[in-house]
Amino acid sequence: MIGHPDGRGVAASERPAIAVIGGGIIGLAIGWRLAAAGCRVDVFDAGRAGQGATRAAAGMLAADAEAEPGEQALLPLNRLSRSLWPAFAAELEAASGLTVDLRWDGTVQIALSADDTARLRHHHAFARSLGLEQHWLTGAEALRREPHLRPGLGGALFSPGDGQVDNRKVAAALVVALRRAGGRLHEDRAVEEVVVERGRATGVRVAGTLHRADRVVLAAGAWSRRIPGIPPEALPPVRPVKGQMLALRMDPAAPLLRGVVWTPTAYLVPRADGRLIVGATVEERGFDDRLTAGGVYALLDGVWRALPGVEDLPIDEMWTGLRPGSRDDAPVLGPCPVDGLVLATGHHRNGILLAPVTADAVAGFVLTGDLDAAARPFTLDRFRECAA
Amino acid sequence: MDDTLTIAGRSFRSRLFLGTAGYPNRRVLLDALAAGGTQFATVSIRRISLDGDAESLVDVLTGRVELLPNTAGCTTARDAVLTARLAREALGTEWVKLEVIGDRDLLYPDVEQLLRATEELVADGFVVLPYCNDDPVTCRKLADAGAAAVMPLGAPIGSGLGIVNPHAIAAICARSPVPVVLDAGIGTASDAARAMELGCAAVLLNTAVAGAHDPVRMAAAMRDAVTAGRAARLAGRIPLRTGAEPSSPQLGLIGS
Repeated sequence: MIGHPDGRGVAASERPAIAVIGGGIIGLAIGWRLAAAGCRVDVFDAGRAGQGATRAAAGMLAADAEAEPGEQALLPLNRLSRSLWPAFAAELEAASGLTVDLRWDGTVQIALSADDTARLRHHHAFARSLGLEQHWLTGAEALRREPHLRPGLGGALFSPGDGQVDNRKVAAALVVALRRAGGRLHEDRAVEEVVVERGRATGVRVAGTLHRADRVVLAAGAWSRRIPGIPPEALPPVRPVKGQMLALRMDPAAPLLRGVVWTPTAYLVPRADGRLIVGATVEERGFDDRLTAGGVYALLDGVWRALPGVEDLPIDEMWTGLRPGSRDDAPVLGPCPVDGLVLATGHHRNGILLAPVTADAVAGFVLTGDLDAAARPFTLDRFRECAA
Repeated sequence: MDDTLTIAGRSFRSRLFLGTAGYPNRRVLLDALAAGGTQFATVSIRRISLDGDAESLVDVLTGRVELLPNTAGCTTARDAVLTARLAREALGTEWVKLEVIGDRDLLYPDVEQLLRATEELVADGFVVLPYCNDDPVTCRKLADAGAAAVMPLGAPIGSGLGIVNPHAIAAICARSPVPVVLDAGIGTASDAARAMELGCAAVLLNTAVAGAHDPVRMAAAMRDAVTAGRAARLAGRIPLRTGAEPSSPQLGLIGS
C-alpha cells in the first residue's frame, strides 16, 4: 500500500511519486485522479498532450451499438464506463472550468439497401440475445428523427442509451484539471527507458535524466510496445490500428444531422458547433499514418450515400490516428510481471468511452494495490491462456 | 483411413481453409482457426502490415497456421503479379491465392486477366491457386496454364448464398486434373458439406465464420461439415429415384 487518499495533509516528499507514460485521455485522466488523491504525478508525452488517438477519435459513447460477437466480456465494462460519464464530465468541467459537450442522443444505425437491412437485422438479433436496449425503426421513423437522410432507408436500429462527448475538449479540460490538482505535464518529452531494477520499475529515463517513481503507468496507446526497458513478458499485445477521418462544416443553425448516425460504411457525429465528424477506416498499416485517396474516398462515399446534402459542405479537416488495438480489442489494465509497472493501454475504438472506468480502476489500483472487480477480467494475464 | 489432401506436393490433413478478415477481433480469429482445425489461412497482402512488427497479423498467426497470401483488391494481371511478388518477398512463400477482380460490386473474377497472371506467376515459380468463376472451361484453361488447384466460386464473395450452380461445380470436379477448392459463397455448414459431396477437395471460406454470432462455434461446425461431406463423397451416395424402395425386405410376407 502506498496510498494516501487524503494525501494533501502529507509532506510532499512522502507522497507517492507516479510517472505516467503517455498524455492521451487515458494517461491524463489517471494522472488527474492520482494528483487529486495527493500523489506527485508527472505525465510524460513524446509530443503534445491529447494529440494522438485522443484527438483523432470521434468521442462516441456507443457501448450498445459497438457490441460485437466475441466481446461479451467487454460489454459490461463499456456500459459501466458509459454510466460513469455524466459524473466524470461534471467533475472535470468543475475542476477545469471548461465544457466537454456531453450529449445523450443515442446511436442510429441505418440500412441503405436490402443487403444492409439483412445485415442489420442479423446484428439486432445478436444484440437482443445480449439483452441490449435497441429498437428497430422503419425507414419512415428513421427519417422523422433525421429528415436529411436519404429517403428509401431499409430500416434502422436505434440505441437510445448511447451518447457522445467532444474528445478534444475533454483532453484540453484534463490538462487543466491535472495541473490544477498539482500534477505536472511534460510535453515533447519521450520516455527513453522504463528503469527496472531487480524486477521492479523504479522510474523512467527522460532526456537522459533518471526520474524516480514509486509507480510507472504505461498509457502510451499504440506506442506501448515501443517504450524501451520493459521486459518482453510485461509488454501488452497492442498494435496500431489506423483510422482515417474527416470533418465537414455544417450550418450550426440548420444542421443536416441531429444525432450520431452509423451508415453501413461510415459513422457521422454532429457537433454542437456544426462540425460533422466522418469516420473511420480500420486499417492494419503498422505505424504508417498517412491519409490516402482510397481512405478519404471511402469516407466521402459513405457519408454521401446516407446524407446527400453534404455535397455542398466545406471540408474542415482531414486526419488520421492510430488506435491501440489489443488482441481481443479490450483494454489491458492493472498489474504486469514487473512490480511497480501498471498497464493502461489497448483501448482500441473505446478509449474515450472507457476513460472514466480506466481512470478509477487504475488510480484505485495504484493507491490500494487492489484492482476493481470490473477491471479484473482485463489484466495482461488473460492472454496467457489464449488459443494455442 | 488416410485421406490426405495434396496440392503441388504439399499435404494437408484439414480440408477447411479459412480467411482471416472481418472477425470481431484477433482473439476470436485465433480461436476460430483452432476450432476449425485449419492448417492453411489466407491473408490479404494489400490489407495487412508487412513491416514485421510484433503483433502484426503475420506475427500473430505465424506458428499457428500456414499463411496463404492472396491478391485481394487487385483488378489487373499486372497488379496481381506485383502483389504476389511482394507477398513472396515478405512471407517467404511461393504459394499465392490469385484474385483478379473484374467487377467491383459482384467481385467476380476477370477471367482474361486471371489467365494472364496465372501464366506469368507459374513461369516465375509460384504455386498458383486462382479464385475463378464456376465455369468448367475457365477451370480447365487455368489448370492448363499451370494452376496447382482451381478455386471456383459457389456464389459471390460474402453473399452466403451457398452453391448456386451445383451442376457446374460437379462438372468442374469431374473434369479437373488439379484439386478443386470451393471458394466464396458458403453461408452455413450444409453448404460446406455440399461442396465436398459434389467432389471438391477442400473448402475455403471466411465471412460465414467471421460474421456469425458465434464465430468459434461456426468454425467447429464447418470443420465437421467438411469432414462429413468428404466422408459421404467417399462412401458413395445412393442413386436418386422417383419411387420409394422399401428398406425392409417385402418378399415372403403373407399376402404378397
